[in-house]
This record gives sequence, structure tokens and C-alpha cells, in this order.
Amino acid sequence: MTGAHASWDEGSPERLYVITGGRSGGAAVTLDLVTLIVSRSAPQPGMQPEQAAILRMCQYPLSIAEISAYLRLPFSAAAVLVADLIADRRVEARAPVMATSLPDPELLKAVMYGLSKL
Amino acid sequence: MGFPSSEAPAEPRAQDALAPSVNTAVKIVIVGGFGVGKTTMVGAVSEIRPLTTEETMTQAGVGVDDLAGVEQKTATTVAMDFGRISLSDQLVLYLFGTPGQERFWFLWDGLFQGALGAVVLIDTRRLAASFDVLGQLEERGVPFIVAINAFPDSPAHPVSQLRTALDLPESVPIVNCDARSRASSRDVLLSLMRYLFTLTTTPVPEPL
Ligand SMILES: Nc1nc2c(ncn2[C@@H]2O[C@H](COP(=O)(O)OP(=O)(O)OP(=O)(O)O)[C@@H](O)[C@H]2O)c(=O)[nH]1
Ligand SMILES: [Mg+2]
Repeated sequence: MTGAHASWDEGSPERLYVITGGRSGGAAVTLDLVTLIVSRSAPQPGMQPEQAAILRMCQYPLSIAEISAYLRLPFSAAAVLVADLIADRRVEARAPVMATSLPDPELLKAVMYGLSKL
Repeated sequence: MGFPSSEAPAEPRAQDALAPSVNTAVKIVIVGGFGVGKTTMVGAVSEIRPLTTEETMTQAGVGVDDLAGVEQKTATTVAMDFGRISLSDQLVLYLFGTPGQERFWFLWDGLFQGALGAVVLIDTRRLAASFDVLGQLEERGVPFIVAINAFPDSPAHPVSQLRTALDLPESVPIVNCDARSRASSRDVLLSLMRYLFTLTTTPVPEPL
């Protein structure tokens, strides 16, 4: 995937998989720039400040790109914080639709319909 | 039009909240050379003030034929502007503006993975700056359209001439736009979507 001349830092979006839901078999979640995060719990006293901030700002769905921008952290650093919160089940991740080589026509229609109302 | 990132708030404003029911995000990438209008276009259609996310890459060495024992590491930080458009109570679109120069391509793996497609924003005063971008998108199999951003002193070329200069097949749309205009930028996105739609219904001829 990555070009021969480039190497990502640890925590690159490609390599970041989070194992969630241990007992029920678990599912691997890949964290993308546009993975939407929603809080499942309120910040606790003594939490790491950035993680508390994520729980506050994700009362409504928010992409990891937005979290990274508000926290002023590189995307990969924000994704690591989110990954820990997912593992602790403090937030829920809504995986984006990852378009394959050809996106789903129904999805494209929905996007066009939404854009035409702008 | 531009909002310096230093002004970015530390938390989203109440009016920037997405509906709780939003469960599907899609992304489109706007790519182009320096100063071609990427941030302007993102800002023109975004419902939030454009935000900035950064990524740092540590690049070790330069190639296999490096002198052994010479440890070289360079850190590159790239800022990407992005904006957001809520399309329905379930669907949200994110738009990322990313620089096209080769030294920023390390960003593209994560960025283009799962993206619906790309808009290549072009300034006719600096056509050659986009050759590498177009080649790289083709190599990666990312579907794209070309949008010509009209600057006052840009030479106006007929589309057919631009198509030849850019060596683009007839099937790839080339549209004119004013990145400052919301309607014009929206139309660019709609052109991309229509093109993607035709790709799902028409078999794509294999490149030679
Ligand atoms: N006349 C005219 N000016 C434009 C248009 N689009 C952008 N500009 C201006 O061109 C300048 C550069 O635009 P940006 O949106 O910052 O370009 P960019 O591609 O994000 O630039 P970098 O991020 O620095 O590579 C700004 O001063 C814009 O106001 C356009 O369609 N017409
Ligand atoms: Mg810019």
C-alpha cells in the first residue's frame, strides 16, 4: 500500500486496528479520518484531559478529523486516543462507507440528492 | 474567506453539532497545486468553518542505495483543510483539501482509502503543476474530475485544448468553476458525483 520511499509513523491510519467487544467475538475497527465517534459515557474525574475533551465533544457524532482539529493533535495521535476510548467502551465508532473501486449507486444518489439541496 | 487555524476553537460550537442519527460518512478529496483555491472551495461549500488536521511523517533514508550508516530522518508536517456538508439525517460528506506536490503523497494512502473520488483543481497559469497529480491518481485508480478555477488573469483555453494538454481521455469531465462561489463549487461536486455514477453503469475501458 505504502510507497517504497515512505513510511508512516506508528499509529498510521492504515495500521490502526482496534479490537472491540472481547467476549462476543469482537470486531476489528479501522479508524479513518471520517470515522464518526459518539460518546457513551461522561468524562470521569482524573481522566486524561484530551480523552475527557473527546467525550465532551462527541456528545453528538464527530469525525476523528474534527477531533484532531479541535484538539490540535495530528490525526494519528487523535486516533490513538480514540482507539483507547473505544477499547474501554467509552465511545462508539460509526465506520464510514469505504468506497471500493466503484461506489454503490444508491449511495451516490443520496449524495447527489443532498448536494442538490445546498 | 480563509480562517487561520490558530483561530480554531478548542471544541465544536453548539450549532456545529451533527444530528445524533448521522451514521454514515463519506469523503471527497480536493487536490491541487499551491494556491490553486483548495481551501477556498472547501470553505465555500462547508457548513462548518474549515478546520485543519495535521499529519507528520518521519521519512527514514531515501532509498536502497543510501550510504550505509548514514542515518537520515526528515519530519514533514502537512496540514489538510477540511469541511463538512450534512446531506441528510443519516449521511454526512467530508471534503479534504490536500496539496498535490509529490512530497505530500505520503498522506494519500489514508486519505484516498474509501474516498468516493477526487476533484483536481487546476489553475491554467500553471498547468504543468498538475501533471504529476493526474498521473498519481490514475496510478492509484482514484476516479477524478478536473475543475478549472478561473482567476482573472488566467488564460482561457478551450476545454478540448486543455484535455489534450493534460492528456485526459474524453470520459473524464473537465469543468470550469469559481472556487469562491458556493453554487459553483457545489456544481463541481455534483459533476464528480454524476461522473462516478456513470462509472457504476458503464464498463470502464482498460487503460493501455
Ligand atoms: N479570482 C479568484 N481568486 C481565487 C479563486 N479561488 C481562490 N482564489 C484566491 O486565491 C488565493 C489562494 O486560494 P486558497 O484557497 O488559499 O488556495 P489553496 O489551494 O488552499 O492554497 P495552499 O493551501 O496555500 O496551497 C486566495 O487569495 C483566494 O482568495 C477564484 O476562483 N477566483
Ligand atoms: Mg489551502
